[in-house]
Amino acid sequence: MTEWRYWLNEQRGTLIGLAIFLMMFAVYIANHPAGLTANVAQTAANKGVLLAFVAMAQALVVITAGIDLSVGMIFILTNCLASWIVVGSPLATTAGVVGVLAAGMLCGAINGLLVIYGRLQPIVATIATGAVYFGIALLLRPFPGGSVNEDLADAVTGRLFGVVPASLVLLAAVVLLVWIPFRRSVAGRAAYAAGSSEPAAFMSGMPLRRGKFAAYTVAGLFAGMGGLFLTFFTYTGEAAYASGGGYTLWSIAAVVLGGVSLYGGRGSAVGAIFGAFAARTTGDMLFVFDVDPLWQPLLQGVVLLIAVSIGAAGLLRVRNRLEWFR
Amino acid sequence: MSETSEGPVAMRTRLPQAFRRVDRAVLTAFGCILLLLFIGSLYSSNFLSLDYLLQQLKVASFLGVVAAGMMLVILLGHIDLSVPWVMTTGAMMACAAAGFGTLGPALAIPFGVVCGALFGLVNGLAVAYLRIPSMIITLATNVVAQGLMVLYTGGFSPSDSAPAAVRWLATGHVVPGVPNAILVWALISVAMVVLLSRTSYGRSIYGIGNSERAAYLSGVDTRRVVMIAFILSGALSAFGGVLLAGYASKAAQAMGDAYLLPSIAAVVLGGTSILGGRGSYLGTVAGVILITLLQSILSVMQMPEAGRQIVYGVVIIAMLLLYGRTPASR
Repeated sequence: MTEWRYWLNEQRGTLIGLAIFLMMFAVYIANHPAGLTANVAQTAANKGVLLAFVAMAQALVVITAGIDLSVGMIFILTNCLASWIVVGSPLATTAGVVGVLAAGMLCGAINGLLVIYGRLQPIVATIATGAVYFGIALLLRPFPGGSVNEDLADAVTGRLFGVVPASLVLLAAVVLLVWIPFRRSVAGRAAYAAGSSEPAAFMSGMPLRRGKFAAYTVAGLFAGMGGLFLTFFTYTGEAAYASGGGYTLWSIAAVVLGGVSLYGGRGSAVGAIFGAFAARTTGDMLFVFDVDPLWQPLLQGVVLLIAVSIGAAGLLRVRNRLEWFR
Repeated sequence: MSETSEGPVAMRTRLPQAFRRVDRAVLTAFGCILLLLFIGSLYSSNFLSLDYLLQQLKVASFLGVVAAGMMLVILLGHIDLSVPWVMTTGAMMACAAAGFGTLGPALAIPFGVVCGALFGLVNGLAVAYLRIPSMIITLATNVVAQGLMVLYTGGFSPSDSAPAAVRWLATGHVVPGVPNAILVWALISVAMVVLLSRTSYGRSIYGIGNSERAAYLSGVDTRRVVMIAFILSGALSAFGGVLLAGYASKAAQAMGDAYLLPSIAAVVLGGTSILGGRGSYLGTVAGVILITLLQSILSVMQMPEAGRQIVYGVVIIAMLLLYGRTPASR
């Protein structure tokens, strides 16, 4: 096989995610009363980027064949923290942003330590740390409130040159400056190898622990960026349990839609971004088609159910019946 | 069960006969219960009174019923994250059925449980036959159940209260002094023990949890076993919801949200391996009591919600680190 066919095979999930998103977005825009104006694009981008950050975080952990049920809570915790410290003079704001991102990384690192060195199952460990993170968020913000540096917030959620949504540029910058270097580093390759086949990776002398730890930590960083962006978007901090749980849920859906294998080792955070935008568009479509608000939760659930069923059903690829049973 | 758990044989034989078949994790869990009672009794002497203990067991019984279903699924190496809204569905449907004619009140409880079993059936079909990871499909059915209930209630909490039969089941007394909910939990517990240790179905659950391939090659219809386990889990979740509705005397939205984490935690703290195949029902009972006591002590100490969540998470992580670790792979 030639070089590009290898590349195509490796990126298949990501490209399918992109195709799903483009198709849904086209239907959405075609039915939107205003069409594709800068305003519509800006709103869609801002809402999509929120979920995209959380989905990228989830993708990193899923690639190592784990799962992080605390991403939504890290997102909420960093949102509450940002509503306290990302204020004031440019210097203070910068320090605040760094502090929020560091807090996100710390949360991710704790998850990583528990899973790698504590040898706990990711599902239970992250459910428990999620409870702790939510508790801390509630301590920070017993009631919704707080504020954020509004100049920065408006710049990040606004438009560049009056056309391009700034949030998309920010997201692209994060992909270029964090995801791609990570993907190409030894740690990143080790994270993929750990998800693909841990024994084989161990036998080949990959730095598995370092790779997995890096994946969990960067996941915390992405979730922290999401929380920061939520604060820019809403100007407040709120410890909402349902919202955290919802983001965790949709991050998994986005990861599946974006072609990241839940068994680990396949897919990319870029795919998760497309998955996140596709997932967001389902919600917007219900709005455009003027669906009764009471029906919306059910329809979203059904869409989610169908999406994960198609994305996750491994039945069609199996040749030997014994491979049903992993 | 102890025969599938690996422990140092020499240490095991030195233990008294009665303890030899009991897991180390189960003993630790019961030890922690005694420790919690001791800490509580330092705080207030009420903690050792019979009334208080019976009250705790009554509250524990709702979690106990849910955790029994969760345990079946976890023993298979799967997980059921649809518990919150399946519980709510069971409770709401039982309350709704009571309003239909003369037969309604009699059929209220079975109807609620059947609704839960239907969600379990969807989960089971998807996991067993379509091979969709259980974590994903149960999260999705949870959202669908939520959507259905939002649609049914019109977006706000329904006013229909729990029928008399449901309330009697949760709070009435057949045996003087002992609330019925405890008896219900005891009956389900006996059924669980028999199911897990005395039937071929129970043994095949352990078998599948250890190696589904091996179980399949030994002639077990593994897909049917997995599907039935999910149906049982859905039915038991819904039944737990019905009992809870009887206790609170009405069904409310989000009433099941507080039960997902505790039910998983109870099973895991009781020594059941989250990877499946290993664990005893006695441990789950211990885990349920442990978590209920912990919650009770935290609320008696008037710990705010934030502190409770933190303590709760930290305690679960600490206990998992004590005995919930997967074996070192190298």
